[in-house]
Amino acid sequence: MINWIRGLGRWGLGTFERLGRGHLFLMQMMAGVPSLFLRFSLVMQQLFSVGVLSVLIILVSGLFVGMVLGLQGYNTLVDFGAEESLGVLVSLSLVRELGPVVSALLFAGRAGSALTAEVGLMKSTEQLSGMEMMAVDPIRRIIAPRFLAGIISMPLLAAIFSAVGIVGAFLVGHGLLGVDDGAFWSQMQAKTDFYDDIMNGVIKSVVFGFVVTWIALFEGHDAMPTSEGVGRATTRTVVHSAFAILGLDFVLTALMFGDE
Amino acid sequence: MMQNKSTEIIVGLFVAAGLAALFMLAMKVSNLGDFTDEAGYQVTAEFENIGGLKVRAPVTMAGVRVGRVADISLDPVTYNAKVSINMYSQFDTIPLDTSASIYTAGLLGEQYIGLVAGAEEEFLQDGDVIDLTQPALVLEQVIGQFLYSKAEGDE
Repeated sequence: MINWIRGLGRWGLGTFERLGRGHLFLMQMMAGVPSLFLRFSLVMQQLFSVGVLSVLIILVSGLFVGMVLGLQGYNTLVDFGAEESLGVLVSLSLVRELGPVVSALLFAGRAGSALTAEVGLMKSTEQLSGMEMMAVDPIRRIIAPRFLAGIISMPLLAAIFSAVGIVGAFLVGHGLLGVDDGAFWSQMQAKTDFYDDIMNGVIKSVVFGFVVTWIALFEGHDAMPTSEGVGRATTRTVVHSAFAILGLDFVLTALMFGDE
Repeated sequence: MMQNKSTEIIVGLFVAAGLAALFMLAMKVSNLGDFTDEAGYQVTAEFENIGGLKVRAPVTMAGVRVGRVADISLDPVTYNAKVSINMYSQFDTIPLDTSASIYTAGLLGEQYIGLVAGAEEEFLQDGDVIDLTQPALVLEQVIGQFLYSKAEGDE
C-alpha cells in the first residue's frame, strides 16, 4: 500500500518537474526569439523545412476534406431544400474549426515529429553539448529559429487548408451536384464574418502553432539521449500535440463563440 | 549560396501562397469584400414591427441591392422602429414616395427591406424619410389572424 502511494507521489513529482522544465524551456526559447531578427536566414531555413515541406499534405488533405464536406453537407441539406446553404456550411466549418484543427494535427504529424527527431538526435549525438563547448547557445542557434518558424508557418498553412477546402467543396457542390454557383458564394459571403469567423480561425491556428512547436521542441530537447528515447519522444510529441490541440480548441471555441 | 537563394525563393512563394489564401478567404468568403457602402446617402424609415431585421441587412429594389441597413433604434415617441438605411450613391434617382416593406428571403432566410418605386418626380436625398412602410410579417400574428377569421366564418 505504502509503495503504491509512493509510486503515485513519484509520478506526480515527475510530471510537475517536467511541466516546470517545459515552461523554463519556453522562457529561454522566447528570450532567444528577438535576436533572430538580426539573423533571419536561420529562420528562413527552418521555414523551408517546417512550412514549405508541409504544404503538399495540407493541400491534398484540404482538398479532400472540402470535397467530403461538400458531399455530406449536400446530402443533409437537400432534405430541407436548403442546398444553396452549402457554401455557408462549408465555409464556417472550415474557417472556424476544421482549417485550424486538422491542419494543426497534420502539422504535428508532419513537422512536429520531424522537429523532435531532429533535436533529439542532435542531443543524443551530443551536437548540442558540442555547441555549448564552443560558446554557442544551442537554444538561440537551433531551437529558437524552429520555434519562430513553426509559429509563422501554422496560420499560413491553416489559411491554405481552408481556401483549398472551400474550392474543393465548390468543385463537388457546383460541378458534381449542381448547386447554383451564385447562391453558393453569395450566401457564404453573407454569413461569414471577417472578424468573428476568419480572424478567430487565424488566432486559433497561431495558438496551435505555438503549442505544437513548443511541445515538439521540448520533447526533442528533453529526450533521453538514446535511439529508443528519441523514438519515444517523437511518439509523445504527436500524442501530446493532438491532446493539446483538441483540448485548447474547445477552450478557444468556448471563449470565441460561446456567448452567441 | 545558391542553395540559400533557392530556399529563400521557395519560402517566399510559400508565404505568398499563405497570404493569398488568407486574402481569398477575406474577400471571396467573408463579408469584407462588400465594404464599399461607405459612400452614399442616408434615409430613414419607420416600421411598426421589423421582425428579425438586423443591421447590415440588404436593402433591395426589384431584387437588386441598392443599400444596407445602417442602424436600428426605437423611436421614443411613437414606439416604432426607426431604421436608417445607407443607400449606394449610384442609385440617386429613387422617387420620394417610394414604399419600403420587410420581406424574408426564402422560408427560413434572413430578412431584408424591399423598396417599390413610386411616381414622384423628386428624388430621395440625404436625410429624407420614407413614409410608406409595411411592417414585417410575424408568423404568429398571421396564424392568429387566420384562426380568428376562420372562427368567424364558421358562425
